[in-house]
Amino acid sequence: MREESREATVGVKRRDLLALIGSIAGGSAMYQAMTSLGFASESRYEGPIRLEGDPRGASVLILGAGLAGMTAALELRKAGYKVQVLEYNARAGGRNWTLRGGDHFAELGGITQTCEFEPGLYFNPGPWRIPHHHRALLDYCKRLNVVLEPFIQLNHNAYLHTSRAFGGSPQRIRAVKADFQGQIAELLAKTAQRGRLDEAVSKEDQEVLLQALRSWGALDQDYRYNASLMSAEYRGYAKPPGGGLAAAPMPSDPVVPADLLKSRLWRYLQNFANYNFQATMFQPVGGMDMIGKAFARELAGAIRFNAKVTRIEQNEHGVTVSFVDRAIPTTAQTATADWCVCTIPLSILSQLPLQVGPAMKAAIEAVPYSGAVKIGLQFKRRFWEEDEAIYGGITYTDLPIRQIAYPNTGFNRTGRGVLLGAYLFDGANSYEFTAMPPAERIERAVEFGATIHPQYRGEFENGVAVAWHRVPFTLGCSGDWSDEARSQHYRNLCQIDGRIVLAGEHASALPAWQEGAILSSLDAVSRLHERVVKS
Amino acid sequence: MRWHLHDCRTIGLAALLALCSEAALTQDATKGRTFSSGYAFVEMSGEELFANVCAGCHMPDAMGATGAGNYPPLAQDRDLEVARYPVDIVVNGRRAMPPFGDMMTDDQIAAVVNYLRTHFGNDYRDAVTASDVKAMRR
Repeated sequence: MREESREATVGVKRRDLLALIGSIAGGSAMYQAMTSLGFASESRYEGPIRLEGDPRGASVLILGAGLAGMTAALELRKAGYKVQVLEYNARAGGRNWTLRGGDHFAELGGITQTCEFEPGLYFNPGPWRIPHHHRALLDYCKRLNVVLEPFIQLNHNAYLHTSRAFGGSPQRIRAVKADFQGQIAELLAKTAQRGRLDEAVSKEDQEVLLQALRSWGALDQDYRYNASLMSAEYRGYAKPPGGGLAAAPMPSDPVVPADLLKSRLWRYLQNFANYNFQATMFQPVGGMDMIGKAFARELAGAIRFNAKVTRIEQNEHGVTVSFVDRAIPTTAQTATADWCVCTIPLSILSQLPLQVGPAMKAAIEAVPYSGAVKIGLQFKRRFWEEDEAIYGGITYTDLPIRQIAYPNTGFNRTGRGVLLGAYLFDGANSYEFTAMPPAERIERAVEFGATIHPQYRGEFENGVAVAWHRVPFTLGCSGDWSDEARSQHYRNLCQIDGRIVLAGEHASALPAWQEGAILSSLDAVSRLHERVVKS
Repeated sequence: MRWHLHDCRTIGLAALLALCSEAALTQDATKGRTFSSGYAFVEMSGEELFANVCAGCHMPDAMGATGAGNYPPLAQDRDLEVARYPVDIVVNGRRAMPPFGDMMTDDQIAAVVNYLRTHFGNDYRDAVTASDVKAMRR
C-alpha cells in the first residue's frame, strides 16, 4: 500500500493527494497524512495510551486524587498494576472543583464559608474552561461520559471597561473591536494612498490591500471609518433595523480614535486572540467537577480520603509513605508499594521529608506558587440578560475585580443566576483580595461590580470567595515557573528518581491547565511502565 | 492561565507609568482599603503592606497556618534576627513563596521588613534601609 501510493504521488500536487486520500480512505487517514506532510499542527496527545507488557503484579501508590493522580490510577490499573490512591481532601478532583448550595469550604485561617446558592446554580473556583485543542482532557471526558457545552470566551455584547476613560462607562466589546479595527484600517489606507507603502507592497497588491482594509475595517467609499450603516454593521446601531413605518436603521457614532488609544481598552482584545482562548471552548454541563466525579466513579474503592501525607521514603525494594487520617491526626499510618506516582503540589511537597536525590529536590524547591481569587455571586434575577442582552462571555475591567463572567448555561430563564464576580490571577490585586476575610472579598466584589452593573445593588443575594493561597490542599493556584528555573530544573523534576515519579500541572508545559496535569501523568506512567517491564 | 500572567505584567508596566502622573487608585469607594492599579503594589507603609500582602498566607496575626502544608508563623520569629534573611526572602522568594522583588520597590520592602521585625512579638531595632534591599537583588 505504501509503495503503491508513493508511486502514485509522482507528479501529483500535495493538496490533490490529500483530497484523494480523504475521499478514498476517510478523514482520519487524511489527517494522518496531513500531519506527516506538515499541514496540521500535531497535538501532543496521540490517543489513549497503551501500556503493553506484563507488570507482573507490581503495585503503585498514587499521591493525590486530582486529575493527574486519577489519570495515573486509571491507566496503571488497566495495565495490570495494583493501585492505591491517597487523597488529602474528603472528595476527589483536587483543583477540579465546583461549589453548590449547601457546600462548605474552610480556608486557611479558620474561616468556613457555606455556599447558599439556589439548587442548580454553581461556581467553579478552579478551572472553568477547556480549549478545543486540549485533546487529552476532551478524550477522557468522552470516555467517561462527561457531557460538554460551549464556554463563551468572546461575547461581542459584553463590556470592556476602564475607570480612566469614557467617563467610566463600560463599552460594548463589539464597538471597541470595530472602532479599533476601523481606525487602524483607515490609517493604513491613508498611508498606502500617499505612496508610503510603495516599497513594501507592489502597486498591484496595494489595490487588493485597500479592498482588504475596507472589508476588514468597515471603511466607506473614501476609505474612511465613520458613522455609517457600513460601520454600524460592525459596531452596532444607534437604532437597529425594525419593522413597519419606523423600520429604518440609524448608525452609531464611533469613538474618537485618540480616546480609544489612550483608554488602553485595546489591550483586552488579546483575550480573544490568544490560542488558549480561541473558539471553540467547552465546559462540562453542571459544573467542572463532573470530570473529577467521573474519574472517581471509575476508581471507587481505590481512593483513601482524608489522608495527609507526612513522609515519603524509598529504597531498592519499594516506597513507604507515612500519612495520618485527618480525623485521628495523632496516629501515624503507612502505605507501601513497589512504585510511587506523586502528584502533590510542589508548594506542599517542598515541605515534606522526601527521599529523592539532590537534583529533584532542587527542582521541587524552585517553583513559587501563584495566587488567584475567584468570587461567585448570586443575584435575584439574570439582569445581565434581561436588561443588557449579555448571554455568557466575559467583561474585562481595570477595576481590582478584573473580570465579570456571565453563566454560559441556563440562558433566557427567569429567576436567579450566579456570576463570576471577580477573577484575579497573579498581580497585586490577587494578594490584596487574598488577605481579606471572605465576607469582605464578596462585599468589595459587589461594590466594584456595581460600577459596571448598577443592578448589583438591588439584586445581590449571597456569594462565596475562594483565594487559592488560602486553599488548604494546594497553598496556591499553580506552579509559576520562571524561564530560568524551567531551563535549570524542569527535566530534573520530571525524571524518575529511583521508584518515585512526579506528575501534575507543575510537571508540564501547560501550567495551571487541566490538560497539563493529564499529559504530565500520561508521560510519567508511560516511562514508569517502561522501566517496570524492562526490569 | 499563563497568558494572564503576561497580561498582568504588561498592565503593570503601563499602570506604573500612569502612576507617575496620577495618584494611586481608589481609596474613595473603598472605605480605607488600598487597591493597587497594576502588577505592582501601591501600598507604602509597612503596616499596610503586611496587612494587604503578607497576611494573605501568614495570617493577620502572623501566626501562619497549617493545611496539607504549612505557612510558617512570623510572630516571635528568631529567623528574623538577621535582617538580611527576611529581605532576601521577600525580594527573591523561597520555595513556594513568590518573589516580591518586581512587585515592591526597595523602600516598600524595607518598610514591610522593618514593620515585621518590630511587631508580633519581634523586637529587632536595627532598621533595614532601601540600599540594604537593593544589595539583595540578584
